[in-house]
Amino acid sequence: MIKTDILIIGAGPTGLFAVFEAGLLKLKCHLIDALPQPGGQCSEIYPKKPIYDIPAFPEVLAGDLVDNLMKQIAPFQPGFTLGERAQTIEKQEDDTFIVTTNKGTKHHAPVVAIAGGLGSFEPRKPILENITHFEDKGVEYIIRDPEFYRNKRVIIAGGGDSALDWSIFLSDVASEVTLVHRRNEFRGALDSVEKVQELKNQGRITLITPAEIIALSGNDHLESVTVKRGEEEKEIKVDHFIPLFGLAPKLGPIADWGLEIEKNAIKVNNSLDYQTNIPGIYAIGDVNTYPGKLKLILCGFHEATLMCQSAYQRIFPDKRYVMKYTTVGGVTGFDGSKKEAPKAVVKAIE
Amino acid sequence: MSDITIHITDREGTTHQVEAPIDMNMNLMEIVRSYELAPEGTIGVCGGMAMCASCQCYVESDHELPEMSDDEDAMLAEAFYVEDNSRLGCQIHMDTALEGLKVRLAPES
Repeated sequence: MIKTDILIIGAGPTGLFAVFEAGLLKLKCHLIDALPQPGGQCSEIYPKKPIYDIPAFPEVLAGDLVDNLMKQIAPFQPGFTLGERAQTIEKQEDDTFIVTTNKGTKHHAPVVAIAGGLGSFEPRKPILENITHFEDKGVEYIIRDPEFYRNKRVIIAGGGDSALDWSIFLSDVASEVTLVHRRNEFRGALDSVEKVQELKNQGRITLITPAEIIALSGNDHLESVTVKRGEEEKEIKVDHFIPLFGLAPKLGPIADWGLEIEKNAIKVNNSLDYQTNIPGIYAIGDVNTYPGKLKLILCGFHEATLMCQSAYQRIFPDKRYVMKYTTVGGVTGFDGSKKEAPKAVVKAIE
Repeated sequence: MSDITIHITDREGTTHQVEAPIDMNMNLMEIVRSYELAPEGTIGVCGGMAMCASCQCYVESDHELPEMSDDEDAMLAEAFYVEDNSRLGCQIHMDTALEGLKVRLAPES
């Protein structure tokens, strides 16, 4: 069981900055994120896009913003559970919470801050009638262990980097690799496109474009797919179908936690501390809603700061505290580091 | 005059006639959101970067639209429910040439 003071769900910019504000109050944080790396949308969707409305940064790349936040919070040694989705929450008798992920990792904290953005990123599933029937029975949306496909017949669908990269990788592992895309053009790194071309020429990847998979068949396990190219339909025997159509955010299991939801977001008390209808559970950043809400990183930073002050009072109801400026108090990390303004020198000039 | 009139059919099939400002650098996805014609969180998910297809719509009038960028084209190549007249709303900027535009929102996917 992982124990912490504030359990943050979502490691995007808002969740990361909450670690800093909590650290100033000597509160420890642990973050859970469904993605394998921190940064949320900034890292996953648009790392190379410039952001122009972060105060005091005339321009900063989303990826650099995340790197800077990671540097800023490093002294506070946050813990991370990455690649796992927060699944269930149980309130304990002492008003603390246990949050369990889809992989069974348990986290215990007196305060939970949901900084889940638009939700957890889930693979986009193609619209095929019986696809759910074959999930984990020949249809996988994420490749967890390439060895799983050793000597198997694999068909991949998609036109982006992951479809290209996995086709290349699996061409060495699987017995047959077929790549299907709706267009002749692929959107990916140039060398990946060229590599697929080369493997196609060598007969190690079968490329079917412009085409689409329109049906799946089999009994307990997937046995074949039907590929439609123009007017022609062809059944191909396969062991695995891997659709790689990118990720889309879904609010997911959080929607079933008994929180008040409005407009696909969690309602919070914005006049006070961004607490939800369940005391001890806060929602900050893009995941929350209140009158006048704006989904901006800078608003998320503000919400994270106020949430931490309230969390402190919840954890230490009898302790007196006033907010300190970092220019006055400096930053003392849990790693023993201390940053503070240099002392002015007072010395007479003779 | 800084408004144009456009017709938007929502995902339930109801057509709305709305006034779209052309002086605020708005795109069709933002017009839909500003009139709340699709629930928040189901449209404009990526914020308008042509990186999701949540604002996909079908253009049902024969207006000449801005040419499709590579990003939009590639996104539509991987989206679902795509038709020949599919476009991403976030890539259609409001302009006088679009007076009378008719669009239908694609299903949520």
